Amino acid sequence: MSRTITPAKTDLAEPRRLDLPQSNLVADVVQETLALTRRLFIQLQRRPSTLAAGIIQPLMWLVLFGALFQNAPQGLFGDRVSYGQFLGAGVIVFTAFGGALNAGLPIMFDREFGFLNRLLVAPLASRFSIVMASAIFITTLSLIQTAAIVGMSAVLGAGLPSVFGLALVAFIVLLLVLAVTGLSLGLAFALPGHIELIAVIFVTNLPLLFASTALVPLSFMPRWLQVVATLNPLSYAIEPIRYVYLHSDWSFSSTIMQAPWGTVSLGGALLILVGFCVVALSSIQPLLRRRLA
Amino acid sequence: MMPAVLIEKLQKRYGSVEAVKDVSLKVEAGEIFGLLGPNGAGKTTTLRCLCTLAAPDAGTIEVSGISVVNNPRQARQRLGYIAQEVALDKVLTGRELLELQAALYHLPNAAAKQRIADTIALLGLEDWADKRTGTYSGGLKKRLDLAAGLLHQPDVLVLDEPTVGLDIESRSTVWNFLRQLREAGTSVLITSHYLEEIDVLADRVAIIDRGTVIASGTPSDLKDQVGGDRITLRIREFSPMDEAEHAKSLLESLPTVQEVIINAAQGNSLNLVVAPNSDALVGVQQALQTAGLPTFGIAQARPSLDDVYLTATGRTLLDADLAAAGNRDLKTEKKQNMR
Ligand SMILES: Nc1ncnc2c1ncn2[C@@H]1O[C@H](COP(=O)(O)OP(=O)(O)OP(=O)(O)O)[C@@H](O)[C@H]1O
Ligand SMILES: [Mg+2]
Repeated sequence: MSRTITPAKTDLAEPRRLDLPQSNLVADVVQETLALTRRLFIQLQRRPSTLAAGIIQPLMWLVLFGALFQNAPQGLFGDRVSYGQFLGAGVIVFTAFGGALNAGLPIMFDREFGFLNRLLVAPLASRFSIVMASAIFITTLSLIQTAAIVGMSAVLGAGLPSVFGLALVAFIVLLLVLAVTGLSLGLAFALPGHIELIAVIFVTNLPLLFASTALVPLSFMPRWLQVVATLNPLSYAIEPIRYVYLHSDWSFSSTIMQAPWGTVSLGGALLILVGFCVVALSSIQPLLRRRLA
Repeated sequence: MMPAVLIEKLQKRYGSVEAVKDVSLKVEAGEIFGLLGPNGAGKTTTLRCLCTLAAPDAGTIEVSGISVVNNPRQARQRLGYIAQEVALDKVLTGRELLELQAALYHLPNAAAKQRIADTIALLGLEDWADKRTGTYSGGLKKRLDLAAGLLHQPDVLVLDEPTVGLDIESRSTVWNFLRQLREAGTSVLITSHYLEEIDVLADRVAIIDRGTVIASGTPSDLKDQVGGDRITLRIREFSPMDEAEHAKSLLESLPTVQEVIINAAQGNSLNLVVAPNSDALVGVQQALQTAGLPTFGIAQARPSLDDVYLTATGRTLLDADLAAAGNRDLKTEKKQNMR
């Protein structure tokens, strides 16, 4: 501070801001949410390594896991299906899941650094804007990642679903990301600090991957793991995507999974995902309401 | 005229800690009001309640007549809050932070642009506005923080120890700036545990100790109330105790001397309370001379705000700070203020 600040009198003395313009609540929410989202994208743009890693990692999964099972007997993963074709769905879901699981971290750091206070003393039309900005950001990121994986899988010979199929893939990713982002944001407000949050992310991430149908079909698993995998919401995201990839004649009544207790149709899996999303988002409401009241 | 801030009988406890027990204060429109107290007195907690970051347990808080509990959104619009710790996003540039801030306060886009440019100019940030805040010095960060707090032209600017950790020059820059804000009609509520800061800056002051306001008024009224002038006397750089005791009893017998305290922490120097505007100084010097005692240093002064604090609590602000410092766990406290 080497210079003295001498504001012109007129600068300071300009008439006080008139009262809150009779502004429109919706317009205010949009304005603040966009501004908060913009901040997250500026951060991403200036720290592109996060995005690069988020795209390179799943591609490496595709290549490495694909190579690992390259010599598996034909037909092991389904009729005339290579492991590469089988794997794509798992990598899409796992990547989206991992990204969404991390959604709470920036908020946690904002809490710890006190930046959140800056947001909370501002006259936000709704403090849920803070949460919505994170959700928009993570969802966009996941869709970009998904596009990269879909593209790479196609290059690796996994084929490409129809436009409707791709739309369904996007919809499934969206549902999963929203649900998990919600849970992660809830944790970001419930846990005391980033160490704890990272610990939770760490113990959730890989076990949920291995206890799902991401890497191997249900029929490979011992019975107890089948039970676990069919309780795992990730399976309900993976199986429909996989089915859409492998069957151009898919429909909502197609059977996509033989759970220990019965068959699951594509439409049924979607309903379960919607249910998961609703439960996840509503379970964090009371917490967010309390923390952001 | 409606007071800019009205706090009545505020209480706030955290578990077993009564952070604020009984705080009432009134900031008139267009004045600088100082909240003075040692570490842990409850200054930050009071401001956090005012700025809707913490819910008060009891009491009323109004900003320009608006209850912060019942109408938080309207109250927030009228408040600008500069937190004790500067929290900037180091990846954003100063301008981007202000743009975010403008949107959070719902300035219309066109107006925001102009207002941001004006505020940047106001705080002399032109050369830095488009650099990332991660590259800023401490003083610059504080200036940007001030800009962010002022952007929406709040009625009341609330600053929590804004000059802690700043160099002397930055500090006086902030002081001058606050004075200019006052000239322009903005009310300012500032906390500090620097006596001089409050003394030179504040129109009125409340002294807070352990969650309770123990005195309030203009600095000069408060000082007048404790009465008497203060003489600090050092017989030698370091006097033995018996010599200090001897001088004490000698001086206590003088008619103009009301009280003598031996300050062991300062090499057994003597603190005297004497009749105001008297020639007590001369009398003291003569008495010492007659007794054959030397004088290493002697000075007479009007009572300071520290004397006000001392009179009310029996300890000096510095001692209170030191005592509090020993009892604090900064890590937990940082967490405590998280939302
Ligand atoms: N969230 C919290 N949870 C528990 N105790 C708290 C919390 N916030 C403050 N305290 C306690 O309340 C008391 C008052 O704290 P406060 O931060 O208001 O003091 P202060 O006057 O601002 O001190 P300083 O000059 O050090 O900033 C302290 O004993 C502090 O430890
Ligand atoms: Mg404080």
